[in-house]
Amino acid sequence: MAWAGKLLRVDLTAGTCKSEPLNMKWAQDYLGQRGLATKYLVEEIDPKVDPLSPKNKLIMATGPLTGTSASTAGRYSVITKGALTGAIACSNSGGFFGNEMKNAGWDMIIFEGKSEKPVYLMLENDDARLMDAAEFWGTSVWDTEEGIKHKHGDPMIRVASIGVSGEKGVKFACVVNDMHRAAGRSGVGTVMGSKNLKAVAIRGTKGVKVKDPKRFLGASTAAKKVLADNAVTGQGLPAMGTQVLMNVINETGALPTRNHRDSQFAGANDIGAEAMQKVRETDGKTNLVTNAACFGCTIACGRISQIDRTHFSVLERPQYHGASGGLEYEAAWALGAATGVNDLEALTFANFVCNEQGIDPITFGATLGAAMELFEDGVITEKQTGMSLKFGDAKALCEMALLTGKGEGFGAEIGLGSKLLTEKYGRPELSMGVKGQEFPAYDGRGIQGIGLAYATSNRGACHLRGYTIASEVFGIPVKTDPLESDGKPALVKAFQDATAAVDSSGLCVFTTFAWTLEDFAPQIDAACEGEWTAERLLQVGERIWNLERTFNNAAGFTAADDNLPQRLLKDAAKTGPATGKVNELSKMLPEYYQLRGWTAEGVPTNETMSRLGL
Amino acid sequence: MQITLKLYAALTPFLPAGAHNNQLDVEVSQGMTVGGLLDAYGVPRRLCHLVMHNGFHIPPDKRDARVLSDGDAVAAWPPIAGG
Repeated sequence: MAWAGKLLRVDLTAGTCKSEPLNMKWAQDYLGQRGLATKYLVEEIDPKVDPLSPKNKLIMATGPLTGTSASTAGRYSVITKGALTGAIACSNSGGFFGNEMKNAGWDMIIFEGKSEKPVYLMLENDDARLMDAAEFWGTSVWDTEEGIKHKHGDPMIRVASIGVSGEKGVKFACVVNDMHRAAGRSGVGTVMGSKNLKAVAIRGTKGVKVKDPKRFLGASTAAKKVLADNAVTGQGLPAMGTQVLMNVINETGALPTRNHRDSQFAGANDIGAEAMQKVRETDGKTNLVTNAACFGCTIACGRISQIDRTHFSVLERPQYHGASGGLEYEAAWALGAATGVNDLEALTFANFVCNEQGIDPITFGATLGAAMELFEDGVITEKQTGMSLKFGDAKALCEMALLTGKGEGFGAEIGLGSKLLTEKYGRPELSMGVKGQEFPAYDGRGIQGIGLAYATSNRGACHLRGYTIASEVFGIPVKTDPLESDGKPALVKAFQDATAAVDSSGLCVFTTFAWTLEDFAPQIDAACEGEWTAERLLQVGERIWNLERTFNNAAGFTAADDNLPQRLLKDAAKTGPATGKVNELSKMLPEYYQLRGWTAEGVPTNETMSRLGL
Repeated sequence: MQITLKLYAALTPFLPAGAHNNQLDVEVSQGMTVGGLLDAYGVPRRLCHLVMHNGFHIPPDKRDARVLSDGDAVAAWPPIAGG
């Protein structure tokens, strides 16, 4: 079977590490990773617990296919009650760390309690030890990873860690692995920091077994051919990366700009994929150095970039001269259009800093955009911020990234996230998010379905819980009209349920640009005990979605939290195809609840719970 | 009349000389269609996955019927996705 069949329970208060058998009944119901770890979390913590309390738990979980020869089989997730939102949090990351964890023989690691002093977990196959992290506390993600590898004399160790931001309680700290891959959203790194857990370092050499190796090889090879033959996953993504969307979404009239005051950005072409491949006049090089792949990935959408050494951001900072993780679309949007900055090199620098110190670039950029609006409205001044914070100020972007990454100066206030920041200054309507988490890079006025997906996302505003953009803009699997709200509740539900299953498999959601659940099922069925069909995967996804919902309801969220900011509901888009449009949430939400089998108050009915075995 | 032609990603090489920021204002005759404009600039139809007229999506079977007006914009991409 593809599951390792055991989990590691780390009691940080007691300083102990114990092996437990994996609950295989739950594995049949929730598959792995997002679904299975959420089941453990729901069973083990009080939904009303303070996210930063020792009573909250933090789970790192792989899926059954993580570490196998399937394409994109390097995924793992961090599941906890989110520091940014107080809702269920599940942040998914690629790179190589997840594969290493699975190869060490573990499906998941559950961290509970709080260490008295900073520690890191050193895991070498079966050998788990908590080590003193005093020498790494106060250092960046990059220095921590290098330091741990050097200390143990093994460059093959894979490390996931927090930066200074997670230590300082920045609400949107990430867990970063392999230098620039991140479990990025909802403040999972903040929870890790609250437990005095600096890092998890793993070396695994056991291999991963599957149920029927011959059939699995056939299924995974066939699925890889689908990815290779598909124009998006075989050519578009490796060549251009996700950043190709910058001009697409701008043309669609749904590129949120300057804290969603506008929905098109004149500087979009300066910061998109085409700009990353443009030869610079200063040094004759391009921002993009190469594409990159996570473990086992045959798509390779990742970007590796190098900042122009003559750019102001790195003139006195040679440590940023090397090639590192470059801009993905969501980050480029948040650091660029949301702040009105069209300086590609400045965005790349801010992105490097987000990776270095472990902060979510989406929430950081969006919160800086809110702060810029507060500044331009005169609500805050240089007295608070220490510098001018006008929209479009590239230097302010770079300086605020540095300050927020270390939780210093006004960066500590940016580190609250936009909800708490705007509440503090009496302008809560300027926070562009849902359930305390900021929107990513699509405007719900110009793309109706994504607005509903944001409003109902269990982890707060998020595109990856139901990426209806695939249908509404790209035409995958079928084209729907982004300006039309009819039919979108069913579309959102279908995307949400399917994505929950994919996120629980150990594979990457980007495969779904070419694969359907009919492509996942044969791979999972050949690898895992039990009979796995596309229909069963969809039901597992729906079960996971409802489990997450019941956790949030028990935590205190209600239907009133399935909402969008007034700016998206009252202030019509001013330019582009969506001119005159607001999001039609009030029309879509009741139908969505009905399709979900929920009451008008957004609570799963007894019948729905029973049908899903909850 | 004048139309703004925008070509992105793998379609960038089909932009006429003088294009800046992936776009160029071009002169076309009255009655020109979206499909006809792309043909006129040698953009292979099989590569034109996503085509927008003033930001509105135009599916392949409508491109030859959609007539352009002065000041319009036509943008095209090969198969793309992201997120």
